[in-house]
This record gives sequence, structure tokens and C-alpha cells, in this order.
Amino acid sequence: MDVKREEAGISLATTAGRRPWRQRLPKRWYAHVILIVAILITGFPVYYAAVVATQSNTQIFNYQLTPSTYLARNWDLVIYERQLPRYMVNSVIVALVMTTGKAALALLAGMAFVFFRFPGKWLVFGFVLITLMMPTEVMAIALFRLVGIRLQWGGYDAMVVPFIASATGTFLFRQHFSSIPAELSEAAQIDGANPLQFLWRVLIPISWNAIAALFVIQFLYAWNQYLWPLMVVQEPTLRPVQVGLRTMRSGTETGDSFGPLMLGAVLVSLPPLIVFIALQKQFMSGFALTRDK
Amino acid sequence: MYAVSPLILLALVALAGGGWSAWRARAQGADPAIRSRPQLWGLLGAASAAVGAAVLLAPLNFCPFELDGDGNADQLNVLIGIFLLVAGAYLVHRVVMLLVGRWLRGEGLPGAGETRPGTFRGPAARLFALLCLAPTLTILAIFLYYPMFDTFQLSTQLARLGAPRTRFVCMRNFNQLLSDPDYGRTLLVSFFLAAFIVVFSLAFSLLIAQMAYRPITGGRIYRALLVWPYALSPVIAGIIFQLLFHNTAGVLNHILDTLFGFEVSWLLDPSIAPWTVIVASIWNILGFCILFYIAGLQNVPDDLLEAAAIDGASAWQRFFSITFPLLAPITFFLVVTTTTYAFFDTYGLIDFLTAGGPVESTTTMMYEVFEVGVVARNLGSAAARSLLLFGIVIGVTIVQFRFSRGRVMYGS
Repeated sequence: MDVKREEAGISLATTAGRRPWRQRLPKRWYAHVILIVAILITGFPVYYAAVVATQSNTQIFNYQLTPSTYLARNWDLVIYERQLPRYMVNSVIVALVMTTGKAALALLAGMAFVFFRFPGKWLVFGFVLITLMMPTEVMAIALFRLVGIRLQWGGYDAMVVPFIASATGTFLFRQHFSSIPAELSEAAQIDGANPLQFLWRVLIPISWNAIAALFVIQFLYAWNQYLWPLMVVQEPTLRPVQVGLRTMRSGTETGDSFGPLMLGAVLVSLPPLIVFIALQKQFMSGFALTRDK
Repeated sequence: MYAVSPLILLALVALAGGGWSAWRARAQGADPAIRSRPQLWGLLGAASAAVGAAVLLAPLNFCPFELDGDGNADQLNVLIGIFLLVAGAYLVHRVVMLLVGRWLRGEGLPGAGETRPGTFRGPAARLFALLCLAPTLTILAIFLYYPMFDTFQLSTQLARLGAPRTRFVCMRNFNQLLSDPDYGRTLLVSFFLAAFIVVFSLAFSLLIAQMAYRPITGGRIYRALLVWPYALSPVIAGIIFQLLFHNTAGVLNHILDTLFGFEVSWLLDPSIAPWTVIVASIWNILGFCILFYIAGLQNVPDDLLEAAAIDGASAWQRFFSITFPLLAPITFFLVVTTTTYAFFDTYGLIDFLTAGGPVESTTTMMYEVFEVGVVARNLGSAAARSLLLFGIVIGVTIVQFRFSRGRVMYGS
């Protein structure tokens, strides 16, 4: 697997520690300066948003950079009145079902491409490969006509089912399985394992890294989806978070709109941030694995 | 009535395809398996070109070549028709010749895969493989291939959301777009945003990655603090930057006013709003680029840089003649990813930040597809816009691929 990654030009191996030449370089003060400035610029927008989440609309005009007293009021508005938890639950369900379904379907398809021979395999392969060049955004209008109008879907089904098959996932697992020594499936067959047992007992246990890679890529994708749910989900209570944030935009009777909106934005960002930071290595290796087809 | 009979058109295309293929088969350097059968090769070329020409135009009943009521041909339509004719013929001809060529040379078909030891055999295994693939293939066929087909179909129809019936209008949706100055502006806005988002995010991320990849005190902390904004959605980026750049409540204008005594209409001035969108997009996607550039830089072999340094190459020379060429595959990957981001994913960001305004100065092609198709309920025109957007993104990707091919150095 590592060899494949090297070929793709992406290696995750950190070789710090065995670089005598670079360590002899003088300490570069300007590198620190650039990095600190970059971090401040990157971090400031979110920090300021978090601060404003604790302010009322009149307090915003003080432009203070420390938390204020309005958090409880904004919290009540976002959580109880504007029902953010409901949108969170919708997004969690959609993201988990979509990622699990994608992983399952992609595991099966990837396995079929590597461990089986069947007539017309190259045709099926091409059929899946070409979909990588068909962005869903481009056919959103026609997909909406099919799903929203003809099938009359407008909830979880509309958000999950059309996207549950993934060419990316299929190729990720195909790539991963191709790097597994053939002796493994030979041995399994000699031991009399059928394909299903082979999948369950051998393939899945050695594929957790690839599964995690697919999970983190697809979780971010599902959680951050906006355009499609905006088009297709009619029932307000079934909206996912990104669409639900729209309801935080409208102000209250007292005119507070920034505080609640920022609080909503910060809360909505937490799940993908946690997943991304916890599984950063897997995220990268997922891209590395799908890169060379 | 047609300006030119479809049969004559197909015959011309077949002649061209056949002639070209037969000539190629006789040319020096052609494969012996092909050289020995120039007639077969020519016939195949003629047939595949004719089929390709018909594949796009037959569903349209060759309507771009039709004459209107007064017996005149629309020049623009004829041009579109010729383009479809040539594009279809080229694609099908190319694919068929490639596949048959491989087959004649006995190389097997692409993607068939070598027979690995350890392959499950027998009819039961074949059935199992079919069952494994069935869900993926079904979903892709229904929810990707069919909508793709339907987008083509819709783009030739007068179709409105909620109206039960549609009417075939040939190329009218496209004609209207191509003669619409507003559409030209939308195109320009999309390219403007994409160009600056791609160039700036790659340049900044490479600079920052250069600083952060080497063993530096606190390197791990620096790297962790730099890459996370990618996990946030474009919608969140739009919300947060609206707060920063807001005209009256924005903190940025407050800072500018206190320090320098002036303010900028970040979101209300049509000549500045696109830049605000660009800045927010770069903020959103920069971490992703940094992540990949750091990984790439850690892969640049040390001895190469060391040798160059000993030979007296300056830091700039080392960067441009060693590091940058070795990073080319990653640069190419990032160019394609950020281009896709700029054309498609900025939708949510723009919707929250500027809502396409002011005066439509941040209305991108993707934004307009939604506005026209869902808000204004004109499905036909939205489908035509989608197809043009699709063609442009594919075209841009091909150009990027061509441009990078001479420069990309693969392998370690």
C-alpha cells in the first residue's frame, strides 16, 4: 500500500528526525512569523464568530473581542425556538446512513472487481469509472424532476438514496484490495470459505483503515451538503443543518440575528471538525488511494 | 425540410472517418495486426464515425439542420448541429478504434484486470459477484445515468416546474443563452472567481506549506492549526464572512475606520463583492491545499536538495528546478479539486454571503442554474445552462491536464 502511495506522489510518512542537512540550517525566524500570521488570519474569523455568539445585536457594535453576557439568550433561541437540535438529528441520521450505506455498497462492488471474474467485466468497470466525470451538481435539475416530482420523495430518502452508490468508494476499495496478497484469498478458498465468509472474516478486518478513510470523506460530504437538500426537502422538520441555518438568519422581535446565527454556525461546525481532526490521516490516505485508478 | 439531408451528412462523416482510419492503418509505424487489414479498419472507422454522428443528433431528429417556415436555415443552429455531429463522431470513433485496436493486438480490454491467483471461480461465484455489483449499478443507472440523459432531453424542451406537459423546441434554450448578454456576464463571473480562487489558494498554500513542513519548533501545532477550515462547509464560511465584511456591523470596516479612517462596501459594491467571495473561498479551501502540499514536500528527496545546495544552487533555484517539478502531480490534483470547488461548491457560500448580488456581480453559473430552474421554474433553460457548465468544467479540466502533462513528473 505504501508503494502505491509513493507512486501517487503522496506519502504520509513523516521523515522528521532523519534530516541532518535541514537541521543544520539556521533557525528561520521568518518562518515562524509567516506561520503565526497565517494561523491568526485563519483562526480569527471563527474566533470572532464564537465571540459574537455570546452577544446581542447592540453589543456587536462595541466590537469587543471577549465573550459577553448574551450566550444564554442566544442559546435558548437557537436550541429551543429555532429547533437546531432537530436539524442536527436529521443531519446525523442522513450522514450516518449515507456513509454506512456507501461503505457497504462500495465494499461489495470493490470486492467483485478484484476477486471475481465475470463476462463483460471491463464494460461494468467503464460504466462505474465514467460516473467519476459526471458531477451531480450538473444534473441536479433533472435529478430533482425525478426524485422530487416523479417519485415524490422529500425527506431522508431523497437525501440518501440517490447518493448511496459511490464510484469513489468503489475504486478506493478496489485499489485497497488489489494491494492485498493473493495468498489470502487462496488460503481462504482452500479452507473452504465462501465469498461471504471471506468478506466478513478476512477482508473487513484488514480494511478498517480504508473504511475509515471513506467514512471521513463521505461524512464531511454528507454533513456539508446544501444545494440538493435545499431543492428537494420540502418538509421543514426534515431539513439538514446547513439548510436549517437559514432559519437562524431571520431576526427576533428584538432584532437579534447575528448572535444566534453565529452560535448556530459554531455548533453546526463541531461534528465535522471533530471527525476531520480525529481522522486526518485517514482522510489523506483516502485521497491517495483513489488517486491512481 | 432540412438545409442538408441528414443522410448526406452521415455519409460525409462516414467517408471522413473511414478515409482517416484507412490512411492511419497504412501509415508507417502502424501496428502489423492493423496494417494487414486496412479495408476492415477503414470500414470500421466509417461505421463508428457515422454511428457517433447519429448518436447525438438522431434523438433530436436532426432539428438543428431544419429550415424554418420561410425556408431559411438558422446559421447558429447549423453551427451547433455541426459541432454535435463532429463531437459525437470523434468520441465514438476514438473509443471504438481504441478498443478494437487493443483487441486485435491481443492486449485484452482495459479494466478487465489480469487473472489474479486467488480469484473465486465457478458459476456460484459469478452469481455472487453479480449480486455484489447489482446495488451500485442500479443506483448509478437510475440516479446518475438517467438524470444525465434527462438533462440532455430537458435542454431541448420548453419545460416548466409544475407544468405537466413539455414541448420540443430544438436548440431554442441554447440560442437564447448564447444571445443573452446576462449569460455572458455570468460566464465571466464564474471564470473570474475560479481563476483567482485557484491561483491564490495554491500560491498561498504552497508558501505556508514551505514554512510548515520542515522540522520546526512547534511544527505539529502549526500544522494542526492551519488545516481545519476545510472541514467547515461553504455555508459556514459564507455566514462567518458575512459577519466580518458586513457593511455596518462588520468588524473589518470598524478596524479600517479606526486605523485609517475609511470604510469599504465589501458586500454592496459590485466591483468589490466578487473579491469578498474570493477571499472567503480561499479561507475555506486553503487548509485542504496546505495539507496536501505538506505531504508532498515531505516526499521531496533530501539528497537531491542537498546535492544542489552543494553545487551552489540558491534557494530559489532549488525550489523552481527541484521542488516545484516534483510537486507537479499534487499541484495538478489540487488545481482540479479547487476548480471544482470554485465552479460548484461556492454555491452555499455565495448564497449566504451575497445571494448572487449586488447587481448579479457574484452570480455564478451554478447559482444561476438554481435561480432559473427552481426559483423561476424554467427547467428547460436550467438544463441547458447545466450542460454548458458541464462542458466548460470538462473543457477546463482537459486543458489543465494537457498543460500539466508535459511538466508532470510521475514516480518517486
